[in-house]
Amino acid sequence: MHIVVCIKQVPDTHDVKLDPVHNTLMREGVEAIVNPFDMYAIEEAIRLREKLGGTVTAITMGPPQAEAVLREAISMGVDNGILVSDVAFAGSDTWATSYTLAQAIRKLDTPPGIILFGKQAADGDTAQVGPGVAAQLDLPQITYVRKIEEISDSRIVAERLLETGYEVIESSMPCILSVVKEINEPRLPSLKGKMAARKAAITKWSAEDIKGEHGCMGLHGSPTKVVKVFTPPPRSGGEMLTGEPHEVAQMLVEKLKDTFIECAS
Amino acid sequence: MENPIEISSEACVGCGQCIPACPFDAIDMPEATAQIDLTKCTLCGACVPTCAFDAISIEEKAAADPNELGQYQNIWVMVEQHGGTIEPVTYELLGEGRKLADQRGMKLCAVLAGHQVEALSQDLIAHGADMVYLADHPELESFRDEPYTKVLIRLIETHKPEVVLFAATAAGRSVGSRAAVKINTGLTADCTGLAIDPATGNLLQTRPAFGGNIMAVIECPAHRPQMASVRPNVMTPTEPDSARQGEVITIDLQPEDLASRTKRLAFVPEAGSTVNITEANILISGGRGIQKPDNFAMIQELAEVLQAGVAASRAAVDANWIAYSHQVGQTGKTVCPKLYIACGISGQIQHLAGMASAEVIVAINKDPDAPIFDIATYGIVGDVLEIVPALTTECKKLLKR
Repeated sequence: MHIVVCIKQVPDTHDVKLDPVHNTLMREGVEAIVNPFDMYAIEEAIRLREKLGGTVTAITMGPPQAEAVLREAISMGVDNGILVSDVAFAGSDTWATSYTLAQAIRKLDTPPGIILFGKQAADGDTAQVGPGVAAQLDLPQITYVRKIEEISDSRIVAERLLETGYEVIESSMPCILSVVKEINEPRLPSLKGKMAARKAAITKWSAEDIKGEHGCMGLHGSPTKVVKVFTPPPRSGGEMLTGEPHEVAQMLVEKLKDTFIECAS
Repeated sequence: MENPIEISSEACVGCGQCIPACPFDAIDMPEATAQIDLTKCTLCGACVPTCAFDAISIEEKAAADPNELGQYQNIWVMVEQHGGTIEPVTYELLGEGRKLADQRGMKLCAVLAGHQVEALSQDLIAHGADMVYLADHPELESFRDEPYTKVLIRLIETHKPEVVLFAATAAGRSVGSRAAVKINTGLTADCTGLAIDPATGNLLQTRPAFGGNIMAVIECPAHRPQMASVRPNVMTPTEPDSARQGEVITIDLQPEDLASRTKRLAFVPEAGSTVNITEANILISGGRGIQKPDNFAMIQELAEVLQAGVAASRAAVDANWIAYSHQVGQTGKTVCPKLYIACGISGQIQHLAGMASAEVIVAINKDPDAPIFDIATYGIVGDVLEIVPALTTECKKLLKR
């Protein structure tokens, strides 16, 4: 089976700090990493190949330096990496991103049997691109997958996490999945994998290569527009309560008794 | 223009005012004038008004035809119901939708899909809906992405709403994202604020990004409907009025709209917990400071007394003390309760991203330098294993349990 995993390069939020003077994000020296949720998608793609055979292709849309996430995916065991990169993609919202990734998937020589996404990206947090690509390609989708129970060329059974439990969903193939953290534990790259990643030839596709229409890409293909960006006023620390455990407990209950009574009765 | 955003090297005087205005650190001044790194720039436009010399120009899209947009009327809410029970977030959407509809002088309509759910219509009307579009069919009994999306798209194409609101839940986000692409319109995820721009009438959608470190205001100027998913627990429902009158329109469903390539084989409710943490008013959350899985029982007990939900940090989930579905934070859930009690949680930025918008935050931690205290409304430095049981005792007294 040809297994495709779509990944994104995001800034590592471990490193993100706020500039206390301007109240803006300081990105200086912030490392770019594979979106943490995509690590689970990469791992699951590799496990599916180990089970079913075939190849795993990782696709990312981003600036030239996003090539690094493809190399990291290859170091874990992904076979091929495709970087979809063009100035024409600048300003893409989730609609334009879904379109661009779908065009790249359409260009693949071997059509995918399954396409995996992480639940959402850690910078935008939208969770909209996986279902967006499914809509563009008119494929069925199972979002928030915590386990694949059964899979064959024609059928998949997966558990989807909901707010109040999980549901078991059967779908025809090909199918698009977005996965949550619970699904697996991503492996560390092997030494051999790291060597392969260094040497791997990354395929690069431009807007023209994927036959992207001008009106569907970047700013022009994005129905939504950011009109303002601001940093929320920093939340300041409040009151410290001190004393013996039963004393601080009494103080806290005194302060919060209205909330307690309102919410708990 | 060659690039979608440019700084004119003639107009730029190198004052550097634009550099701190960029939330994405994309502007730099390698020489005498500022330059934009297009690989970092998101074209948000935050820098444009900061330039006193009008040196920054950003490409504008073609404006929309106002006649075309004017055909779209009314504010819609996609109802979330499971097994004939309306989820509380739906009432919140109706409360917010009511305000938007009144401001726009439009009707508030609820889209209700399910099986044998007609009886729920009056409840939706009581909570503010003027109209209910009812899609009732055995194939719609449980939520499924494809038929729910197709039924919604058919309705949107027929009745042309101006705004469609979804719950930012697994179901709402999945249907909204699919529908937005199919009907070629914008969708803003996980909004925490909605307003109408008085000048244009457009919906201004505020949402946190970057784990809540920045807020973005987004609009959808040239496409309709304007669609947004809204974070549970943020908006306020209206008081129900059982005397309110409204119209229920039963939809003729097309067989092709009901077809689905996915099928629900089973639903397994979360074992041992009855409170959905994304909708709970109070959350008691445990972290590494709880020390061992058995100690989670004291979190459970306090939660029971307060009828609260039980949450956890990533550290507690990774140690297998509690199931992943309870995890709050960037790789878990985003919650917005009235009260969040963090027990033995240090407050890493990824955790704060998931809970910093709680109304009141209580932090209990033995380390006085823990970052959680920087955002806590009330902080207690001490042994969580002593303070939590003491708190449970006091709460029992207060609530006479």
